[in-house]
Amino acid sequence: MSVFIDKNTKVLVQGITGSTALFHTKQMLEYGTQIVAGVTPGKGGNEVEGVPVFNTVEEAVKATGANVSVIYVPAPFAADAILECVDAELDMAICITEHIPVVDMVKVKRYMEGRKTRLVGPNCPGVITPDECKIGIMPGYIHTKGHVGVVSRSGTLTYEAVHQLSEEGIGQSTAVGIGGDPVNGTNFIDALEAFNNDPETEAVIMIGEIGGTAEEEAAEWVKANMTKPVVGFIGGATAPPGKRMGHAGAIISGGKGTAEEKIRVMNECGIAVAETPSVMGETLIKVLKEKGLFDKCKTH
Amino acid sequence: MNIHEYQGKELLRKYGVSVPRGYVAFTPKEAVEAAKELGSAVTVVKAQIHAGGRGNAGGVKIAKSIDEVRTYAKELLGKTLVTHQTGPEGKEIKRLLIEEGCDIKKEYYVGLVLDRATSRITLMASEEGGTEIEEVAEATPEKIFRESIDPVVGLTAFQARRIAFNINIPKEMVNKAVRFMLGLYKMFVEKDCSIAEINPLVTTGDGNVMALDAKLNFDANALYRQKDIMEFRDLDEEDAKEIEASKYDLSYISLDGNIGCMVNGAGLAMATMDIIKHYGGDPANFLDVGGGATAEKVTEAFKIILSDENVKGIFVNIFGGIMKCDIIAEGVVEAAKQVGLKVPLVVRLEGTNVELGKKILNESDLDIVAAGTMADGAQKIVELVG
Repeated sequence: MSVFIDKNTKVLVQGITGSTALFHTKQMLEYGTQIVAGVTPGKGGNEVEGVPVFNTVEEAVKATGANVSVIYVPAPFAADAILECVDAELDMAICITEHIPVVDMVKVKRYMEGRKTRLVGPNCPGVITPDECKIGIMPGYIHTKGHVGVVSRSGTLTYEAVHQLSEEGIGQSTAVGIGGDPVNGTNFIDALEAFNNDPETEAVIMIGEIGGTAEEEAAEWVKANMTKPVVGFIGGATAPPGKRMGHAGAIISGGKGTAEEKIRVMNECGIAVAETPSVMGETLIKVLKEKGLFDKCKTH
Repeated sequence: MNIHEYQGKELLRKYGVSVPRGYVAFTPKEAVEAAKELGSAVTVVKAQIHAGGRGNAGGVKIAKSIDEVRTYAKELLGKTLVTHQTGPEGKEIKRLLIEEGCDIKKEYYVGLVLDRATSRITLMASEEGGTEIEEVAEATPEKIFRESIDPVVGLTAFQARRIAFNINIPKEMVNKAVRFMLGLYKMFVEKDCSIAEINPLVTTGDGNVMALDAKLNFDANALYRQKDIMEFRDLDEEDAKEIEASKYDLSYISLDGNIGCMVNGAGLAMATMDIIKHYGGDPANFLDVGGGATAEKVTEAFKIILSDENVKGIFVNIFGGIMKCDIIAEGVVEAAKQVGLKVPLVVRLEGTNVELGKKILNESDLDIVAAGTMADGAQKIVELVG
């Protein structure tokens, strides 16, 4: 078991003929991901890397049974690409694209209300269930199969956490990058809930950053609902207020969204927070040992 | 992206939002001409810088004659204004807004912001205008009213009316206040604002509802489709290194320390600053080279870091995903070749194409200190900088 994706997931790649998408399509195929279709309007009928290309998502789904899309479409067209997935009733749309205007995402979220499709991202590294399915841009080789769930607003910090875990022999059930934008699909609570319900997951690392209050809300949810240990890290403790730190969502405004406040609430809710990004793995291992879960989570 | 108050008011006027008559002035002569053109009994001379708190810092003057306009314009232009938002170094005043004075009855607050929790734009308003909304929220939260806006229909008249009644706009001016708010919302979505704050919105003795100040901020991700907003950009208000970085789509922010950082990914870039501080160092910048960077962009990024005189050492921390390690390595080697490298350089590479990246660095004759982990790298650069 795992969350969101597994070896049976059939993936379609939106924007497959772009150079970034092509590179990562190859990487995903090498990892063993079932990529069944690509979509680039006007390029239907072609084939790339042995994958058939279609003009529309609807057509691709009908022909191949794809149930999850990964979006590499440039920002001006990415919101529309998400809408197309929702219309085609895919299980999930994973949007890698960064720099989508916020006003566009506000409309996308409204359109998605009451619909079937789960959105992950935008501005995210994707989702990976080690040894089964890799969807996105994360380097596959750092991941190992196991029992720790990872959920993060930052791509590279996810890699950092996963790498630390794998180095210590702790495998991962699924790693979910929820993205660094202020308006996104799957949030911390959605991912935590999925991990809580997943029998293979024994513990979770959640990686947040400055800006907004998603970490505080997730911490309160953990306190009330989570039956598995959660450890955390918050990036941006030294960031100056009022400056957008790369991610559109990473900004301290009006004194809100500071790392200090997030860490305080997380600690209050029973989440151990790593003091530096290089001890995320260490912090989790300490908690696993305290809870008697270490042997179970030590996979290699 | 921020714009000046006078530019914001120009934009508001186009959307039917009332603002006082006014003109921008770059010289005392232009200020006097503007005041003559206005011909009002009272003229307001307002410093135009990209920071709030100008009034309290002495950047807003009330002139009762043309001579006073001239005096104030001479006093303000070229002066460095220090407000609670500029930092201690302040900002030089290079532009003034010369505006007609108006007969203020009462001040209110109206603002549009993105509510991240609901993924919707929210209209916020209060009858406690003129003060910082955060202070109102802290002291008297019951005096702030909110309307969550459905993007399908946009801000509706009934919502704007409800807000107007809630903040006690006199009933004969409610319709004007509604038009004001509807215009403000239309501008917000059409122009891709990220914040539109009117503080204060005022009611006047002659029965008008006006924006006396305008703080507009625009979504940097949407500027590609807002060419007219891009023309409002004032490079004097921005950090020179940040301007240079933006030419190459690099996300760069100047800080006060002496350790230059080059990182991929915003989260890792922030965490790299955090860990440098943790080991007693001080980062000179935030720099996310992003996912789609080419070797050329990396070269430019490296040059920008080196152009900061405070930089006494550089820490490159890369965990390749969409970004490939060999691209970073090529860029670093090329930049060092072009500008020379006189400070210590610590590099930590991991992720996509890591072996290729390490090979490129090893084969260059650069004096590079390799680091195994980010903690190792941070410790090494802090030690080397001393």
